[in-house]
Amino acid sequence: MIKKFIMTIDGQKIEAKEGETILQVALRNCIDIPHLCAHPDTKVKANCRMCVVKIKGVNGLQTACSTPVSEGMDVETLTPEIRWARKFNLELIFGQHVEDCSVCVLDSKCDLLKYRKIYNSKMLRFPDRKINYPIYQFGPIIFDQTKCIDCRNCVEVCPTGYLELKDRGSDINIEPSADKKKDCIACGQCLVHCPVGAIKSEGEFESVKEIKKILQQKDKTVVVQFAPAIRTSIGEELGLPYGLVVTDLLTAGLRKLGFHKVFDTSVAADFTTSEEAGQAVNHIKEGKNLPVFTSCCPSWVLFIEFNYPELIKNITTVRSPEIILGGLVKSYWAEKEKIDPKKIVMVSVMPCTSKKIEIERKEMFIKGNKPVDIVLTTRELAWMLKDEKIDLEALKPELADNPFGDPSGAGVIYGASGGVMESALRTAYYRLTGENLKSVDFKEVRGQEGIKRAVIKLCKPVKTNSGECIEIKAAVVNEIKNARIILDELKKDPKKYDFVEVMACPGGCVGGGGQSLPTNSFIRSKRAASLYTIDKNKKIRLAHENPAVIKAYQEYFNDEKICKEVFHTSFHQQKKKPIGRLKRDMKDFKLIKK
Amino acid sequence: MNIIDKIKTAKLTGRGGADFPTATKWQGVLKAHSKYPDKPVYVVCNATEGEPGIEKDKFILQNYPEKMLAGMKIAMETLGAEKGYIYLNPVYYKKFAAKLKKIIGKLPIEFFVEYGGYICGEETVLLETIEGNRSEPRLKPPFPTERGLFSCPTLVNNVETFYYVAEIADGAYQQTRFYYVGGDVKNSGVYELPIHLSIGKILDETKNSPPFEFFIQAGGGASGEILTSGELDIPLKGAGSIIVYNFKKTKTLLLIKNWVEFFYKSNCGKCAPCREGFFRLRQLLKCRQLNIALLRALVQTMKDASFCPLGRSIWLPTVGLLEKIGLNNKK
Repeated sequence: MIKKFIMTIDGQKIEAKEGETILQVALRNCIDIPHLCAHPDTKVKANCRMCVVKIKGVNGLQTACSTPVSEGMDVETLTPEIRWARKFNLELIFGQHVEDCSVCVLDSKCDLLKYRKIYNSKMLRFPDRKINYPIYQFGPIIFDQTKCIDCRNCVEVCPTGYLELKDRGSDINIEPSADKKKDCIACGQCLVHCPVGAIKSEGEFESVKEIKKILQQKDKTVVVQFAPAIRTSIGEELGLPYGLVVTDLLTAGLRKLGFHKVFDTSVAADFTTSEEAGQAVNHIKEGKNLPVFTSCCPSWVLFIEFNYPELIKNITTVRSPEIILGGLVKSYWAEKEKIDPKKIVMVSVMPCTSKKIEIERKEMFIKGNKPVDIVLTTRELAWMLKDEKIDLEALKPELADNPFGDPSGAGVIYGASGGVMESALRTAYYRLTGENLKSVDFKEVRGQEGIKRAVIKLCKPVKTNSGECIEIKAAVVNEIKNARIILDELKKDPKKYDFVEVMACPGGCVGGGGQSLPTNSFIRSKRAASLYTIDKNKKIRLAHENPAVIKAYQEYFNDEKICKEVFHTSFHQQKKKPIGRLKRDMKDFKLIKK
Repeated sequence: MNIIDKIKTAKLTGRGGADFPTATKWQGVLKAHSKYPDKPVYVVCNATEGEPGIEKDKFILQNYPEKMLAGMKIAMETLGAEKGYIYLNPVYYKKFAAKLKKIIGKLPIEFFVEYGGYICGEETVLLETIEGNRSEPRLKPPFPTERGLFSCPTLVNNVETFYYVAEIADGAYQQTRFYYVGGDVKNSGVYELPIHLSIGKILDETKNSPPFEFFIQAGGGASGEILTSGELDIPLKGAGSIIVYNFKKTKTLLLIKNWVEFFYKSNCGKCAPCREGFFRLRQLLKCRQLNIALLRALVQTMKDASFCPLGRSIWLPTVGLLEKIGLNNKK
């Protein structure tokens, strides 16, 4: 049992648990102690030193983030001494951070600006010492060293070791790796964990302007799709509670912005599930290329393509829901609506930075067209809504457009770690046995753990090339660092799993690099829980029973060639991406290529 | 009486500068060892003194290496350590390794050559570098006694501490310590004198009492405290170093500049106040008009908020100098 006791913070008697830090206890009780390098996802580093507090009976000041609480501890969080230390420390931190606030991903959520007001720090006490530092771009990620405060969160969360700590003292620096064996997989976790907005993704926020321009062109049909994980996170950007479901308000908001059609990526996820379950079933029956790896997460795909090319054959060839919806719209739907696919502009709203480069992949093109033309992150869409002064809460809920407006429950849970696996298992079970599951809930693959394993017993044995299949062995991997563990397991026992889902970001897409800031495990689980609630309340919870899917297969996707063209792709070994340099254009505060 | 009790009775404290009771440290390691009996125990001799004006460990390494090693051997036997390290800076390694090696013979003691400069003298930085990591301090607790080298119970003691452990074991300890006396004096050098002797007496006994107006820096040539000639009636605290400055001839601003320069070059870059503080102090000191209020604000912030003693230590000499001596070459 964890020991509980009473301690004092600022004269308030507070209950605390053994093992907690002062910062944790204070924040839980709405006592704000400023902190920059402390993030619930990362190890305690105590290097920004903003959270210094006074403990009665202990000499000097201590950092709240690193000091465990103890019974009877008496902490003061705001003495004149503390105020002084924080004021000047913040001024020193401002000295390494170029305040380019107009296009910052943190927008109104900047802690530096918040603390500056509280501590009356002078932003410009010291000249910006990093003004001439480089601004890098690798893939869709832009890393602006001129804003970096050397807290190292990005180095810690980078799953490939691509961001490296170089040099010492005030020459210390975080640099993209020159090592040929390390490459960025564009997951954007560095961005999500940066306390000062030094990292953003390409297009933030210039692509909003681009879309506004396109929306004014009369000959274009502008279609927007939104990913499963957006519906429970975008509300946060607009001041609503964490994880609130806003699907129909979002649809209304997108229409208000001027998009001609609003489709739900979750419907495409139902197509993905149908195809992916089919492919997995075939592989299980034939006993080839097992385990099957999911392919919805483009960062995971890049990770395999760059680091484990020998495993490319295990990745399902099924495209991600976003790309499938782009393909559906520019083939099936365009034909049905008699629109020239070249006149369709497909915009997708994704919780993801990696999607920004996935759409550029030639393997994803459909009859020479990009399936998706522009990817917006959750943040970018929120920015656009705010810019147009659209208040989602004040709108009347609307439903997304047919035929891609109403997903099954399975399509919605794609946004959470384990969701793709659960959806695929529901359908694969049916494909293998001819019967639907009695209970479709796979609780063992849900949740925030790093690795989740499940064995699904079939109601009857199924004949395979090598005998009989009586169960499916599944693993769900949450974060790339855990993928390495599963890959090691598979090296020892290649038959350990039949089906493996991997999502690069913690918690799956709900914790994606394109998501609303901040994110932490509490917020991620709120967002995921809402997705599962949507699923639970859906009448149709199996992808293969979604009428839109059934109809499309009957009407259009009735031969293998067309299925292959729209639903499948191929993956290839990747070379290391080049590292580009940008510079700040002081005229309109844009970053331009050097 | 066992050796730890003897050390306790002798009231030996760490001679690296922190003055921590040696017996308590040893007992901490023993306690951790009984808590984790499967983990090996390590003993490390910190022989990387790197602050200007401290040379007493060098003196011991030069003249009494057997004694230091004898102390280390006692520690290893008492604590059940399977391995010992002598942590030397590159200069000392070059100078003393060969001689030490001969005395070590077949004992399980290895050398480790410090990389990373002055900050490696801080015991957690020292452990980080032996493990092959960046030379940066660790969070405490857990303390090295419990989770030190490779997360195992570890004793880190200074050269002089081990020297006196051997003296205590031999029953020869006379409550003395080693002092380096230097600066504007005639007889600079290392002296062994009683620990309770006042600084003024030390200067007298070593025939170094200046005939001119002076002040001193006690406890290290960068982090040591500034004392006026009227304040020398107390024994020395911290590391064994007394540097005498001629009041009329010393450019005090230059003195601060040298300290800042030393710390600027040796800070690791981990925490904001120290990394940024020394960068800004250095710039501030280059200005034509020195902003003394800002200088004081910065050193105060660094003292209150820095991660390890390195960032905290610029406050003491700087404020002491400003308040007691003043700046005599403000430009």
